[in-house]
Amino acid sequence: MTDVLVDNKFVGTVKNPEEFVDRIISERRMGKLPLSINVRFKELTDQVIIEICSGRAVRPLIVVKEGKPMLTEKHLDQLRKNEITWSDLLKQGVIEYVDSTEEENVLVAFKEADLTEDHTHLEISPITIVGLTTSLVPFGNFNHGVRLNQGSKNQKQAIGFYVSNFFARLDMDVNLLHYPQNPIVNTAMHSILDYDKHPSGQNVVVAIMSYQGYNMEDAIVINKGSIDRGLARSTYYRPIISEELRYSGGLIDEVAVPDKEVKGYRSEHDYRFLEDDGIIYPEATVQEGDVIIGKSSPPRFLSSLDEYNLTTSSRRESSMALKHGERGVVDFVLMTENMEGNKLIQVRLRDQRIPEIGDKFTSRHGQKGVISIVVPEADIPFSASGIKPDIIFSPHGIPTRMTVSHLIELLGGKVGAMSGRFIDGTIFEGEKEANLRHELLGMGFRENGAETMYNGSTGEQYKVEIFIGNMYYLKLKHMVANKIHSRARGPIQLLTRQPTEGRAKEGGLRLGEMEKDTFVAHGASLLLKERFDADKTIVPVCEECGLIAIYDGRKEKSFCPVCGEDTEISNIEVSYAFKLILDEFKALTVYPKLKLEGKY
Amino acid sequence: MTTTKLFNEYKELLPEKVLDDIKKYLPDKCTDAKAKIIFETVYGEYKRSIANPGESVGLISAESIGEPGTQMTLNTFHFAGVAEMNVTTGLPRLIEILDGRKTIKTKMMEVYLKKSHSSGKEVKKIAELLKETTLKEFLKEISINIMNMQMTIELDENKMKSVGLTTNKITKTLSKLVKGFKFKEDKKDPVIIVTPSSKDEALNTIYKLKETIKHVYISGIKGITQVLPVKRGDEHVIVTAGTNLKDLFKHDFVDTERTISNDLYEMESMFGIEVARQIIINEVFKVLDAQGINIDVRHIMLVSDAMTMSGSVLGINRYGIVKEKPSVLARASFETPITHIINASLVGEVDKLNSVIENVMMNQAIPVGTGLPGLITKVK
Repeated sequence: MTDVLVDNKFVGTVKNPEEFVDRIISERRMGKLPLSINVRFKELTDQVIIEICSGRAVRPLIVVKEGKPMLTEKHLDQLRKNEITWSDLLKQGVIEYVDSTEEENVLVAFKEADLTEDHTHLEISPITIVGLTTSLVPFGNFNHGVRLNQGSKNQKQAIGFYVSNFFARLDMDVNLLHYPQNPIVNTAMHSILDYDKHPSGQNVVVAIMSYQGYNMEDAIVINKGSIDRGLARSTYYRPIISEELRYSGGLIDEVAVPDKEVKGYRSEHDYRFLEDDGIIYPEATVQEGDVIIGKSSPPRFLSSLDEYNLTTSSRRESSMALKHGERGVVDFVLMTENMEGNKLIQVRLRDQRIPEIGDKFTSRHGQKGVISIVVPEADIPFSASGIKPDIIFSPHGIPTRMTVSHLIELLGGKVGAMSGRFIDGTIFEGEKEANLRHELLGMGFRENGAETMYNGSTGEQYKVEIFIGNMYYLKLKHMVANKIHSRARGPIQLLTRQPTEGRAKEGGLRLGEMEKDTFVAHGASLLLKERFDADKTIVPVCEECGLIAIYDGRKEKSFCPVCGEDTEISNIEVSYAFKLILDEFKALTVYPKLKLEGKY
Repeated sequence: MTTTKLFNEYKELLPEKVLDDIKKYLPDKCTDAKAKIIFETVYGEYKRSIANPGESVGLISAESIGEPGTQMTLNTFHFAGVAEMNVTTGLPRLIEILDGRKTIKTKMMEVYLKKSHSSGKEVKKIAELLKETTLKEFLKEISINIMNMQMTIELDENKMKSVGLTTNKITKTLSKLVKGFKFKEDKKDPVIIVTPSSKDEALNTIYKLKETIKHVYISGIKGITQVLPVKRGDEHVIVTAGTNLKDLFKHDFVDTERTISNDLYEMESMFGIEVARQIIINEVFKVLDAQGINIDVRHIMLVSDAMTMSGSVLGINRYGIVKEKPSVLARASFETPITHIINASLVGEVDKLNSVIENVMMNQAIPVGTGLPGLITKVK
């Protein structure tokens, strides 16, 4: 007797498990049992496992009987004429859903040609072997799996046309590509997804050659003429949000140009864009430090009754201003109320991003790179027919990564661009490379896609033919404008007096533990000291008790809080962080006594 | 030969090893002038190789070992020889050595044999002799006779022969080690008859004995679980899993001068701290060498010196050499700072600020490199 488990719960036994399982499957196909039921006879433990719970991943497969798929030409015909739908196929038992349990006992053919008597199922399409974004990689079956993964990961970061109602939206951190295009080389998935409604790249002319070493290490060389014509331009949108909060005691924030009496008043110059309502006007070009929404808040702590009279002098400034390195144009101003009934102001900032050195681009094959130089159009190599590439890609990116699909797309793109049609690059089912080559030959090109090229600067012919064609390139959301950062002097932290951290706070670049070690290893003792001078301070120390003394600025004299004024006090130079740790020792009730000694 | 004069001249200036090397490589037909140039060049090179005063040798060693260490794969198991002997190598072993762990994952010995035994004929036999064996390995069958309260142990003669044991010897060891039973040797067959000495609950005790007796130690060296004869050059060496130098050295065929164990503490207790130092160097070098990492031995020697200079092996961790640091701040900067600060305050410890890390903390010039020299002249 074989145990029967439904959703891992024992329900009974059967005598003939194989027959039992077959019956469940055939009844499911007949429609007598729900489609979501899956069953398997596990011989190892002598159990029949039935799964009916929700949350299982299932996938559709074509049922195969005696080596013949149940899906026939007749079904396909009916589907084309819209006479039947997917659910009809399910009802007829032509297609069924199989889960991970039942999958153990099925044999699935990948292609119809692979079918034998033993097969129980057939994949609907070979494209199902890859995921959604991966299936957008053309000719993916020519690639290393790793590259396929990386290519699809890169596509997710591409700037495109993500929604068509973007104008009415206030999403955080949005990039929009200016002239998005449909890829010339596409896959079946592109039409399934309506990719033409939200494309995320552009078809560019790519030459695979080196350019004075500027495209070493995955860098790409870009044509300035193409940029001037609008290639890969995008707009960056960011909303700035402020709310009139209500506090206890009937106090409330106020959106208005702050009064000069307000604590923390910036400067008149910073508020210059604000209109009478305290909000910036649309189309104002703003820089860092400029106030977008003027706001003042009531005092944080109400100490005396006087402050209840709400004079402006007790209020705090709490405007929204642009942080370090931010800039843009005010695109859209929205005044509304939130769910608590508080006044809510949202200002959308826009900033045009023209491709520049350091911006990241990628093809759809995991071949990402950053712009290393923007070359004037006059210096770009050109072909005999006068074609100039938009992007020059380094040939060294190809051999080690084995992204053959990258090359085939280049070839296919050329065919598509010249013949004015889209090329199908669906994984496993795309157009054959040989056909593409043949078509290219028919149009008067070399069948391998190579062309004679000339040096743009000197006009000399290159000794080798250059592989050039059309490709779909994506601009990725990582742009230097959002990341560039440097500092010489700048803000410090209140507690440690060390430089702040991070680009937004104009922070310093940390000289860490291991970097410190390099100074020590070189014996560059004094240089190391100087590098760490960011938080150095002069501290008066009482020689009597060894504790830190106090400097009285009015008397211009130091005194010791323990030993008083009649004691020897010397100034020493230490890092503020060390002074801080001495204070922490005191908090630990540890007496950190400094014994001073003459330097000489 | 006048070169002898040169050799004498440089005797004080160059170390013996370098002088020997010169002697070895100096061409026979070398003129005095040329030899002089050679000596001068060698002396110059030697002088240049000496670390300068104020050089941060420790930090350079640490980085030189640490940096390639990041490239090591975490878990690399290596099969030594034909028999499957699992040996800890790679990063786990490196950490094990440098931490000065008392119990290591795979203890091993390399047993060298005295000239008269290392030719190879007896190696297998000797190897078998070393291996710890229990009664289980000589067993053919154990059966209990309920009627006369007896247990008969049938032994495998071939197995016994290979280790040079007889039924008689086994009977003697058993009666010495297992109390409460009488062991009697059968006259003809290799069979031992066991009868309990007391009559109460006799069946129960003998039934329990049936299982426990299998694990009774019979011969070999305790702790050695595997043996593997290996050919090294002309002689045969026995590699063992498990160590026990003390018992091993009781056998007179063992070359006690060359036999080593990879257990630092065992080597230290047998031979002293100098040997432990050398074992650390050898073991670390072996690990790095197996990974294809090329580090100058002197870096490892420095680490080994630091670990052993106190006279006993100390690991590089907060219980070992970090604990020995004279500076409170230096100790506090490495793990559990509060403990160190509190304990220092209890005894009023004074930090002389003599080493690097305290001075970095205080933003003072570190006493290394350019920060080391000071003025001798007194300033009034």
